Amino acid sequence: MKNFSNRYIFIFSSVMVIAVATLLSLAATLLQPAQEKNLEIEKKKSMLESIGVPATRDNTEELYDKYIKESFVLNSKGEPVEGVEAFTVVLRNEQKKPLDQQYLPVFRATPDDGEKVIILPVEGKGLWGPIYGYVSLKADLNTIYGVTFDHKGETPGLGAEINTTPFESMFNGKRLFDNGEFVSVHVLKGGVSPNDIHGVDAISGGTITSKGLEKMLFDCIQKYNDYFLKNRN
Amino acid sequence: MNNQEKEPMFSAKNLKLFTAPLGKENPITVQVLGICSALAVTVKLKPAIVMALSVMIVTAVSNLVIAAIRQYIPDRIRIIVQLVVIATMVILVDQFLKAYVFDVSKQLSVFVGLIITNCILMGRLEAFAMGNKPWPSFIDGLGNGAGYGMILVIVAFFREFLGSGTIYGYPVMQKLGVYSAGYENNGMIILPPMALIFVGLIIWLQRSRNKSLIENK
Repeated sequence: MKNFSNRYIFIFSSVMVIAVATLLSLAATLLQPAQEKNLEIEKKKSMLESIGVPATRDNTEELYDKYIKESFVLNSKGEPVEGVEAFTVVLRNEQKKPLDQQYLPVFRATPDDGEKVIILPVEGKGLWGPIYGYVSLKADLNTIYGVTFDHKGETPGLGAEINTTPFESMFNGKRLFDNGEFVSVHVLKGGVSPNDIHGVDAISGGTITSKGLEKMLFDCIQKYNDYFLKNRN
Repeated sequence: MNNQEKEPMFSAKNLKLFTAPLGKENPITVQVLGICSALAVTVKLKPAIVMALSVMIVTAVSNLVIAAIRQYIPDRIRIIVQLVVIATMVILVDQFLKAYVFDVSKQLSVFVGLIITNCILMGRLEAFAMGNKPWPSFIDGLGNGAGYGMILVIVAFFREFLGSGTIYGYPVMQKLGVYSAGYENNGMIILPPMALIFVGLIIWLQRSRNKSLIENK
């Protein structure tokens, strides 16, 4: 192999880096619309799952329009905020703001059994990265109708189990309030009694993810407390 | 121009570059490279096939690119250049998956990124593409990708069939009605260590049929 001068090596590296950067930014720009569409479908699909409607990628849009009729944004005092589209609110960005400036999205849905539910987005931290999901509440704004969780990169078989049906279905019917006081749902180690209306079983080997999930539920849902108080009948 | 240019595109020598990695030069079962990803993506057939295709494309194209510029790559930074080429290819594949096969990209998530660290890639670039012409290098890349993918698909077939009772998502076991006869899926097969056992079984089978692969003591 030839012996190249240092100058050549520098020029070679610079040209290589510029060429690669151009190529990658071009690809990223061209593919962005399709990728964003996918994320939007994914978001709608998760919301549908939280009210127990199984959707595929193809019929998600259609089912979303059928079941989820209304959405609005609240501030932390439970008052509606005008002019903000709930679907476009990115929770991660909201959580960086001071509480009184945060937008809190709410979606109203009516599943097939006629129950009037609201769907609240939640987001928090797992072991390796963000965990997120949707919690749907019955009209009493206390009983959980259904949940769906997902994660960015929790350990498969351990923390990643939070997005499986056996884990998610444990939340159905749990209560958020105890005599009017917000207690959220606890994720407990070592088994819970089936009568515990505020607790579900943690995931063995996924303690940090389970704790993160518990904190996520508490922190995110608590912000809606004023709205719950005003609207509970 | 030297006389090698006249060699036909699909000469016996070039075809052998493709077939050798499928058999006695298989990257997984003979060279035991790329095992980590083989364990991770073989629970179901679909991600295994997508992973196989992605690795084939990435190996073939990075081999092609490196072979095309091999005379201009300064020796001292060749590993960096190889890595840049691989990383670029992997990011492109990842972007395409996210745009067109979103479900699969979600399942493969970290593993596509891990193609960068797949030893097969660096191995082929360093051992073959740096010293050969673009076309043979391209075939060599395809062959090695295919050899890797073949094992992936075989392992995934058995793991999905025995572990989940489905083939490519189709519920075979349920259609056969074996569940009512007391059959249950073997949950252990879904766990990563079982992939290692399947790869081990394939290696055993291959060596028992091809004695030349057994090392002399």
